[in-house]
Amino acid sequence: MAIDKIVPGVAEAVAGIESGMTIMISGFGFAGVPNDLIHGVLDLGVTDLTVISNNAGTGTEGLAALMGSGRVRRIICSYPRSKGSDNFDARYAAGEIELELVPQGTLSERMRAAAAGVGGFYSPTSVGTDLAAGKEVRTIDGRDYVLELPLRADVALVQAQKADRWGNLVYSKAARNFGPVMAMAADLTIVQAKEIVPLGGLDPEAIVTPSVFVDRVVHIDNDREWDI
Amino acid sequence: MSATMTADAFTRLSRRQLAWCAAQAIPDGSYVNLGIGVPTLCANVMPADREIVLHSENGVLGFGPAPAAGEEDRDLINASKEFITMKPGGAYFVHTDAFVMIRGGHLDLALLGAFEVSGQGDLANWTTGDRRFPPGVGGAMDLAVGAKAVWVLTEHTTKKGEPKIVDTCKYPLTAPKVVRKIFTDLAEIDVTPSGLVVRAMVEGLTLPALQALTEPKLTLADDCRVLSAPAA
Repeated sequence: MAIDKIVPGVAEAVAGIESGMTIMISGFGFAGVPNDLIHGVLDLGVTDLTVISNNAGTGTEGLAALMGSGRVRRIICSYPRSKGSDNFDARYAAGEIELELVPQGTLSERMRAAAAGVGGFYSPTSVGTDLAAGKEVRTIDGRDYVLELPLRADVALVQAQKADRWGNLVYSKAARNFGPVMAMAADLTIVQAKEIVPLGGLDPEAIVTPSVFVDRVVHIDNDREWDI
Repeated sequence: MSATMTADAFTRLSRRQLAWCAAQAIPDGSYVNLGIGVPTLCANVMPADREIVLHSENGVLGFGPAPAAGEEDRDLINASKEFITMKPGGAYFVHTDAFVMIRGGHLDLALLGAFEVSGQGDLANWTTGDRRFPPGVGGAMDLAVGAKAVWVLTEHTTKKGEPKIVDTCKYPLTAPKVVRKIFTDLAEIDVTPSGLVVRAMVEGLTLPALQALTEPKLTLADDCRVLSAPAA
């Protein structure tokens, strides 16, 4: 039977996402954010979500719309505050959203650990700071490290440049960022791709995310300018 | 205190001039991360006669200056979310690899912004503890412990005129004892085991005047230079 992970639209792509789930969302700043999928999740009406993303959104759409919706209970990120992050800032100031602040390299490596089936790792990052509070410290070859645990998600929403029907992916420039590691770290990985190519249309030497990590692909080729 | 009262005896560098001064001090052949704030401005003022490879935490190595107006690519930005360009030889990679380069000690230098730096090289640049201004650590803690050297680029004082170079950081630390050099809009200062050494100061600034804006004791280098940069 031919494997075909391409779904007809955003509604089919996000089907099955439920309240209470943990969702990874790719992107760094405005680059590589799967805005159509985020709005698909909003349209589902699900709530009590935990979001894992580097930033907390700016402007009024995409991640910022999710933050402003009141449906996110908790965000795990490295850098929520930016010019225009008003939606998050207001929820945070009011105590209406929980924030787990994670150093950016620790955030991505915790995802990689989950993806790789590794039970954690020791990192020199954050040693001696408030972000290491309560964490096990271990001295290895004379240097102190803190224990960091894997970070997985129920769902990953990822933006890619090109995909085939198996779900092989390539990205565009700095829009790659967290996409490949999030795609590996979730039970259900949903991709919005700007272009769909035939199977065999991607150079095996150049594929960034091999198809095994991807569950659904939706073709989004609009050039809509989002307020993000 | 009289030295600080002689107003307008010296002129502070602009943010771009501060970035220029730091950029000219980067050794040829270095791999260098530019952090959020003044550091990302360095990409626009790099010395033309050196090959220096710039790294950005969001998966970019070998980038160049900002694009010309109309040439912006929304998929190509730096840590400050400003548009950049790529140089021949540049590469893109996943976030985990960007931090393998950072945490694994593969970068020669990281240029970072700061809320405060102590005389011992402690760095504070991620939170003020004020709930109206959410904290943001980004890649700062990884860079602070992972790069082979850390330089700070910052205004010398806060907007209220208080020292940012302090005896003890009052804000939570990003990392203890990591900063080797500080470029401010007034001076270039080395953090050494025997204390802070002023390597350069802007024209007209005296050591007593700089000391009045700095908490830890400053020592003047024997060969202290004038810190200057092209206008604009």
